[in-house]
Amino acid sequence: MMDAFTPLPALIGGVLIGLASAVLWLGNGRIAGISGIFGHLLPPAATSALWRAVFLAALVFGTFAAAWLIPGLGIGGPGGAPASLVSAPAWTAIPTPAWLAAAGLLIGIGTRIGNGCTSGHGVCGLARLSVRSLVAVAVFFGVAIVTVAVTGVV
Amino acid sequence: MAYSRKLPYLATAALSGLLFGAGLYVSQMVNPLKVLRFLDFGAIPTGGWDPSLAFVIAPAIAVMFIAVRFGRRRGAPLFDASFHEPRLRHIDRPLVIGAALFGVGWGMSGICPGPAISLLAFMPSNLWLFLVALFVGSWVGNLLVRPRAEAAPVAAPAE
Repeated sequence: MMDAFTPLPALIGGVLIGLASAVLWLGNGRIAGISGIFGHLLPPAATSALWRAVFLAALVFGTFAAAWLIPGLGIGGPGGAPASLVSAPAWTAIPTPAWLAAAGLLIGIGTRIGNGCTSGHGVCGLARLSVRSLVAVAVFFGVAIVTVAVTGVV
Repeated sequence: MAYSRKLPYLATAALSGLLFGAGLYVSQMVNPLKVLRFLDFGAIPTGGWDPSLAFVIAPAIAVMFIAVRFGRRRGAPLFDASFHEPRLRHIDRPLVIGAALFGVGWGMSGICPGPAISLLAFMPSNLWLFLVALFVGSWVGNLLVRPRAEAAPVAAPAE
């Protein structure tokens, strides 16, 4: 597979994500955890909504602007994957919309109960040497790997 | 909490979001198939495995690690009185159950919350449906977590 492993864009993108987390931490003292920033916009946990909305709008715009400046690197361009979400594995006989809705629900509930996702636990938590985050990361990576193996979604 | 309405604070949030979104695109982690090809360990023997995700998260952690050290020495962030350190310290059941539920959803879709939102830049079909489900799930999760958080200081059972 020609486009399988992309170490250089991965490293550069990773540094950018690290800088994003560093800026929010050193500037505002906030963890750049997307599920937390998103989740605290919703009742009953809603607090200081303005900066969260600003961050999320900038997140979308940052992705859009990077794609405009460097087209074809990721989604939609030549050599890039098409801008589509996965289809439900055929053997499950589950319609794709139901599959994706179930995934979205599980991610929403799980990240709120578990207090974080790939960014909050994975990047910020591990960088803070948090044992809670280490456990969370081990569990969600392990379960996701098993889920992919069992469902055969790729 | 007047801090969070001031311009430097909001500009910092905007800069962080911009960098994060750009990082998700450049690393291609915004692409669910790319993420799933990392999670597909079954492809390791056949050479179809894509280790890129590990090459994204490692430098991100390294940069943030340095920032955390620097922040501890400085004592406080630039635009707020103190760092908002997570209060929870111990490993509890909600942490493990929540991470496991998230893992199932992530493995089913290849989408974690960051890419879910930054994918709005591309509007793939079914994204709205996914985001509505994420919204509802987060809301339900908030409802489940709230009573526990408030009860936490009072009850300290060793179950």
